[in-house]
Amino acid sequence: MTDIADKPVSTGELVLSLRGISKNFGAVSALTDIDLDVHAGEVVALVGDNGAGKSTLVKVLAGVHQPTSGTINFRGRQVTMPDPSAALTLGIATVFQDLALCENLDVVANIFLGKELNPLRLDEVAMEIRAWTLLNELSARIPSVREAVASLSGGQRQTVAIARSLLLDPKVILLDEPTAALGVAQTAEVLNLIDRVRERGLGVLMISHNMEDVRAVADRIVVLRLGRNNGVFEPDASNQELVSAITGAANNAVSRRAERRKAAEQANNQEQRP
Amino acid sequence: MSAEPKQDTSASTALDRSDVRVKHQAGVGGAISAFFDRVRSGDLGSLPVIVGLVIIWTVFTALNPVFVSSSNLVNLLFDCSTVGVIALGIVCVLMVGEIDLSVGSISGFASAMVGTLWVNQGWPVALAILAAIAVGGFIGALYALLFNRLGMPSFVSTLAGLLAVLGLQLYILGSTGSINLPYGSNLVNFGQLLVMPDWLSYALAAVPGIVMLITGLRTVSRRRAVNLSAPSVGGLIVRVAALTILLEAIVGYLNQARGIPWMFGLFVGLVVAMNYALTRTQWGRSMTAVGGNREAARRAGIKVRSIYLSAFVLCSMFAALGGVLSAARLASASQQAGTGDVNLNAIAAAVIGGTSLFGGRGSAYSALLGIIVIQSIASGLTLLDLSSSLRYMITGAVLAIAVIVDSLARRSRASHGRA
Repeated sequence: MTDIADKPVSTGELVLSLRGISKNFGAVSALTDIDLDVHAGEVVALVGDNGAGKSTLVKVLAGVHQPTSGTINFRGRQVTMPDPSAALTLGIATVFQDLALCENLDVVANIFLGKELNPLRLDEVAMEIRAWTLLNELSARIPSVREAVASLSGGQRQTVAIARSLLLDPKVILLDEPTAALGVAQTAEVLNLIDRVRERGLGVLMISHNMEDVRAVADRIVVLRLGRNNGVFEPDASNQELVSAITGAANNAVSRRAERRKAAEQANNQEQRP
Repeated sequence: MSAEPKQDTSASTALDRSDVRVKHQAGVGGAISAFFDRVRSGDLGSLPVIVGLVIIWTVFTALNPVFVSSSNLVNLLFDCSTVGVIALGIVCVLMVGEIDLSVGSISGFASAMVGTLWVNQGWPVALAILAAIAVGGFIGALYALLFNRLGMPSFVSTLAGLLAVLGLQLYILGSTGSINLPYGSNLVNFGQLLVMPDWLSYALAAVPGIVMLITGLRTVSRRRAVNLSAPSVGGLIVRVAALTILLEAIVGYLNQARGIPWMFGLFVGLVVAMNYALTRTQWGRSMTAVGGNREAARRAGIKVRSIYLSAFVLCSMFAALGGVLSAARLASASQQAGTGDVNLNAIAAAVIGGTSLFGGRGSAYSALLGIIVIQSIASGLTLLDLSSSLRYMITGAVLAIAVIVDSLARRSRASHGRA
């Protein structure tokens, strides 16, 4: 993994800025008063327990849901995204957890879905070249781009979905659990890819449950709890701090073990001292 | 991290053939074994319909040799064209995973409109036809509105439409019940008599081969130029030659009788145009995507509602055109037009031809192949002097078999990892 020291500090342009976003589903408020900033060239990890509102927030940013209240500023302009295509046109690309690929279409058709080259006479050759170029940039392991997506494995589908999100040169990429279904090597590839995306100057907002992955690539870690902001952490924050922010409790398995270890160390030190 | 083996990207390896784990079939033997692999995993394509056609033709010819006579086959083509156009519309709605059960009524209503406007009101015939097709499109837009805005299943809305439009047809025909279209008029000649001159039919039969050769060669050279693997030129030439010989032989045989009907030419032209639209345009790609995974299509920024609208409108417009053609074929617009088995024949033709009832899979050619099967059965049973009761039963059984094949193939595709 790249050295923490040479990561660019998040001083890029503020591309995405949320203020006071709330989303209610009937009587349930999934999000309450969320603030969030994403700069260019920065990876922001969004962590939280199940039901914390991470996926809802991503869906609001992708234009799938409309916020009940609050404002979204994109590159200094206040915007509304009535549907997913509006978000895409602005430059916000999303890779959903349930990848949303059409199983009956092949890889090329899926990558270019909705933005085919030459709409009245599809340019299959040009699309296939672009698809291979994108996939090779991700050092992807796709056997054939003319194979229907139904025949691909979970990891290969994730790669196709990420390649698709990069097609329109977006400014911000939203990744919903990008490594959840991947093997060790493919997780490493995806994390590498996230690094490369950041180096290109894109803002990345990534949801993950895996603290290892978050620490490996994130510049900032934003914690949601029960649909509210619950702290922003540096990647070198301790697991204990993160877990207590996520669960909202200072007393849990992680903190107990950390305390035991600390106690044991102190005991050791005290034994050695006299 | 860079421990993974470096992939071979030397100039000798095509861009899409650099992964060593994938078997790629080459040559004629490879093409044949790839075909068998595909069929075994449930990707049947047009195979069932061709097998079915061979069986049906063999049986009917054995029972009555008149069946394969060129004059009977020319009549068959006249009959195919009317319901075939309706089946082409059904392919559109099936592609997005919906259904239109009212195509028969719409076709009957369109024929009644042409009869009333043209014969009774004295409109120019072209204007009457355009009006009928426009009203068909309006009915389709209504179904799309009910589906998109109110979430009404197309199965129910079109079933309601079946009755309502039939009522309209009876209403505008009034007490007389039927309107005769004048013999000798262009429309009736078109539906009953007009055939292409021999030289034109031979020339048109050569066109598919030439187009296939030119586009094939262009694709090969473009793919070679950018370092992608390309199909072999030899295989292309063999396929073009086989297709051209087959088509010329069919045309030659039919020209022994009256020749190729212009109406059938119109039908095939529409099929080819629809095939282009479905496979080579963004609209067609969106139709397939919506039929395969509606939510994925929506998230990809496709305007799903417009796609449904276009599918329903096209279906109803094709149904109206089919109704006009069948009025021309029968030289009358009657209360019986579009009732009975028209609905089911059109849907059966699309499904038998290989368009899936479950959406996302299909081709415009399935309307052509399917309607030839349906009309062959009808024509064969008529020649055997069997009553329509038996005809309904046999057509029903064939439709059931086609749907069973579709369902089984779909299950097999799922277990073999194909869409």
